[in-house]
Amino acid sequence: MSVLIIIDQTENQIKKSSYEALTYGVSVAHQLGTNADALVLGTVKDNLSELGKYGIKKVYTISNTILNIVDAQVYAAAIATATTETGANILIFSHNQTGKAVAARVSARLQAGIVTGACSLPDTTNGFVVKKTVFSGKAFANVSINTPIKIIAINPNSFHTSFKEGIADVSELNITVASPKIKVIEVNKISGEVPLTEADIVVSGGRGLKGPENWGILLDLAKELGAATACSRPVGDAHWRPHHEHVGQTGVQIAPNLYIAIGISGAIQHLAGVNRSKVIVVINKDPEAPFFKAADYGIVGDAFEIVPQLTEAIRKINTNA
Amino acid sequence: MKILVCISKAPDTTAKISFKDSNTKFEEAGVQWIINPYDEWYALVKAIELKEQDTNTTIHLITVGESDCEPIIRKALALGGDEAIRINVDSNDSYYIAAQISEVAKNGNYDLVLTGKETIDYNSSSIGGMLAELLDMPYISLATRVEVEGNTAKVSREIDGGEETAEVKLPLVVSCQKGVAEQRIPNMRGIMAARTKPLKVSEPITVTALTSIVNFDLPPAKANVKLVAADNVAELARLLHEEAKVF
Repeated sequence: MSVLIIIDQTENQIKKSSYEALTYGVSVAHQLGTNADALVLGTVKDNLSELGKYGIKKVYTISNTILNIVDAQVYAAAIATATTETGANILIFSHNQTGKAVAARVSARLQAGIVTGACSLPDTTNGFVVKKTVFSGKAFANVSINTPIKIIAINPNSFHTSFKEGIADVSELNITVASPKIKVIEVNKISGEVPLTEADIVVSGGRGLKGPENWGILLDLAKELGAATACSRPVGDAHWRPHHEHVGQTGVQIAPNLYIAIGISGAIQHLAGVNRSKVIVVINKDPEAPFFKAADYGIVGDAFEIVPQLTEAIRKINTNA
Repeated sequence: MKILVCISKAPDTTAKISFKDSNTKFEEAGVQWIINPYDEWYALVKAIELKEQDTNTTIHLITVGESDCEPIIRKALALGGDEAIRINVDSNDSYYIAAQISEVAKNGNYDLVLTGKETIDYNSSSIGGMLAELLDMPYISLATRVEVEGNTAKVSREIDGGEETAEVKLPLVVSCQKGVAEQRIPNMRGIMAARTKPLKVSEPITVTALTSIVNFDLPPAKANVKLVAADNVAELARLLHEEAKVF
């Protein structure tokens, strides 16, 4: 019996969301009085024994370059075998792009109940119950996993990472990796930008900005904050901004520490994509904009005047810090 | 080519979310049901586009649900699709639903199985992956573009900070999101045609669900917004820095 945390990589580096999964998995192991181990798929440059800092005892690797590309079928088979070989009974994934591709497959393969989008540690007072976001963040469901092997895929940006001292034991699992059926022919990374779902701060614009030519003030603010940029659905639909920036119920769902909404009225569908943000700031000239009801801080006024002033004020604080 | 599109009903995006029976059940009173947007706008419309390119394509729709799902599946048929199958059982956890669909899919010789990337009620993003595993097919999740040429699909998907395009031989399971197709509205001809399209009802197979919902919670009410005057923008920066400590 042990907890096995599935470590996910991008360009041979462990993702931030995997560190969140590590911290979460170690907490689950403490709660159950068992060990937490990590499983690293593919070849990564990180010093894996340092994962011990997060409270990991053993790091298992399957260092096969085939696994540097996520083929859900190949991944699921390898993870299922690793689960059996390590004797793990709880698997932890991040509910990120890789988790969404792979975790459910592993669940079906192992007949292991799964909770995706988990936002709390399991409650084990009566069975094994995990809270997850449902209705696009408008509610939570407490879900009981009723199988011997249990899988939890945690919401990215919902758990802090924490670490102390420690060195993990790294060992290679001798697992045959099937050849992939997916052949990747092109990768387009948006270079120099913070990935939206992993960003700590997101600055987002809506129709109130009146046109794509006015995005400069928003980009300046984002740059000063080291933030990712996002937009509302009408903006994405009008092609003012690329569609992958659309946050909302039918776009990307995010949970940054700070979400700044500029010229977005805050329709319920938009809120559903951002309501897990820790702090929400709304800048809108309409005092009746529904977004103010969901906001922590707000300014009623003209974005074209306020945003440059805000950027300047933040720059002053950053310079003096 | 034979395509299977998985359709789920979902509460309208503006529906008020509340619960009944000591918070153990979703309160359906007054809720308008729609086709889950990802299933409709992307998965179904993509199938229709593929049929427009190659008229030798058959589209089957499948839903798991009781008779109250019929208006939803009829609406999906009005958009396009040749026939529909409804598995006559109240929905359960993702595995239960995936197992029901896979039972139909494995006897149907489908080249392409399309789902939405998630439903807007349970947001589990699980059916596609489970289905692919049960059918032993490759799976591409969070697709933003799907093209088919001969027996090869070219699919772009969301990855961390970008997009990746891959080629895969059919058969294949794909979960679809924005970018895959453009939303359409059913026309009168489609609505009339849908009335006579076959809608087969079949009984479920025996499957044990792996999880169960204990109850639901609503998020705590948000405290009132702290408004800063428009002529005092620096105060907002100070609050974010010193009080909220977010930068």
